[in-house]
Amino acid sequence: MTVTLAHRKVAARLLDALVSGGATPVDADVLQPAETLLDLYGESIRHRAYVTNDPVKGEQMLRPDFTVPVVQMHMNGGGEPARYAYAGEVFRKQLAGAERPNEFLQVGYEVFDGSDPAAADAEAFTTIRDLLKPLELRATVGDIGILRAAISGLNTTERRKAALERHIWRPRRFRALLDRFGGRAAQPEGRQALVSVLAQTGPDAMIAEAGPVQGVRGPEEIAARLEALREDVEAAPIPDTQVQVLEDILRLREIAPMALERLRDLAVDLPALGPALDRMEARLAALAERDVDIGALEFDGTYGRASLEYYDGFVFGLYALRRPHLPPVASGGRYDALTTVLGQGRAIPAVGGIIRAGLVADLEGTL
Amino acid sequence: MTLKLGVPSKGRLMEKTFDWFGARGVQLSRTGSDREYAAAVQGVEDVSLVLLSAGEIPRELAAGRIHMGVTGTDLVHEKIADWRSKIVRIEEMGFGQADLVLAVPKSWVDVETLDDLDAVAAQFRRNHGFRLRIATKYHNLIHAHLRAYGVADYQLVDSQGATEGTVANRTAEAIADITSTGETLRANHLKVLSGVPVLRSQATLFASRMADWGETEKAALQELGSVMGRDMTEGVIHD
Repeated sequence: MTVTLAHRKVAARLLDALVSGGATPVDADVLQPAETLLDLYGESIRHRAYVTNDPVKGEQMLRPDFTVPVVQMHMNGGGEPARYAYAGEVFRKQLAGAERPNEFLQVGYEVFDGSDPAAADAEAFTTIRDLLKPLELRATVGDIGILRAAISGLNTTERRKAALERHIWRPRRFRALLDRFGGRAAQPEGRQALVSVLAQTGPDAMIAEAGPVQGVRGPEEIAARLEALREDVEAAPIPDTQVQVLEDILRLREIAPMALERLRDLAVDLPALGPALDRMEARLAALAERDVDIGALEFDGTYGRASLEYYDGFVFGLYALRRPHLPPVASGGRYDALTTVLGQGRAIPAVGGIIRAGLVADLEGTL
Repeated sequence: MTLKLGVPSKGRLMEKTFDWFGARGVQLSRTGSDREYAAAVQGVEDVSLVLLSAGEIPRELAAGRIHMGVTGTDLVHEKIADWRSKIVRIEEMGFGQADLVLAVPKSWVDVETLDDLDAVAAQFRRNHGFRLRIATKYHNLIHAHLRAYGVADYQLVDSQGATEGTVANRTAEAIADITSTGETLRANHLKVLSGVPVLRSQATLFASRMADWGETEKAALQELGSVMGRDMTEGVIHD
């Protein structure tokens, strides 16, 4: 059994506690339309979530998480501010040999409140941490917003910034792009030659000579990309000091107050970090106000990049000290951008997190 | 019981498989009328031939319903998750070579590499409001390849045949398919992205770890190996 009665009891108890704390209980269908999730997460979700087919509704997915349906429900008429809690199964395919369940219980808490983002971040974190206090978990925090601020402050073209921002969640590709834009890796082979031909003949002749234009992508789109390539070949490399700042952020692993101090030093070379660091400082203050020992809180500059795909600000995870190989017992973060995508332009500041009830039950069993 | 050897039931692949075994002292042949799927083996004891569609041989190997089989590397990699735990590669047979490649319209003079494809995918989505479509039947291999490289904002659309025509028909922007000479791609005004192919495939003799290897089958495998001059038991039979 992947989900046991003991797991269900823990999930029910955690949900009750969240609701007693003032959250509105909500539920979501197990079958979710695949299209929305595919558009958000890309093709990879097909290999993480179970896809099934309905003759009338089309492709459906067994709920891989609650966040998307809860955001959709909130955007279709929830009042503001709002706090929601839920508990239920989510389904994820696992790789062969991975000893993780493909069906498990998630208990979640989501805060839609834009009045004081730092306080909302702290509330999401401490609400979840307080529920799990007896388990003595270790907390790691990060902030994707700092990375985004660093990228936006680089002295380079908007296109390069957009490319880096788009690949924050794909560390290997991000690295390759940064090496190229920083002049550490060579331009792709043939790029210089292509731009020379472009300068001589112009885009229309180049395209016409190559072959008949077919398909949806038209000649004006090809010409626009050629122009972008020309711009990129001519653009100066991102200054070394700024590449160094990005690398230092990604390598940063410190207790939170020290991390902030270190980031303030880095902001001397990249002043655009300032507002994001002010937000981090306000968040740490809000956490301290809620009895978090921020001197014991670990900050990891790269946290949230690999696993938590839609988070774009504060991120956190709580881990079992005695069982370091387990996935986080709880994790969460801020996902303002997700609400922008789902709300077709209308954004609602949102932060939340989930608890793996099965892990809590297992850990409580060994206390 | 006998050792069941699955080979493709039709065409060049079957003939070349027969030739390959024949050159190594094992005569495979069809029996009965040329429409009857019956076959015989001479040169080794206790081996029976099963004629199957090449596309079904990976599944039969993984299920252990045949002990050995001849099929393309591409099909085993695509169709069997974690194939190494179920199937052992005995030998590449040197025919049926084909590469799994990604191809885009020749008119895309701005696209040569996966890097370009990724950049185009991002812009395409902004321009058209949907993710760039890649037509293929190799969903698993292509997804793994694109993920390893960090390509985003694409979607795979299923195409079980005539894949090269999907771009002109405006049902896909790019394709991923098996090609040996590139003739069909060129005829449809497509070009292959530079760099190594997603997979180099060829006809390969495989053995199943999932099949029931009784005393007779083990003996048959050893005899097959000694007639053909190579050990075939490694990784297949323990003890």
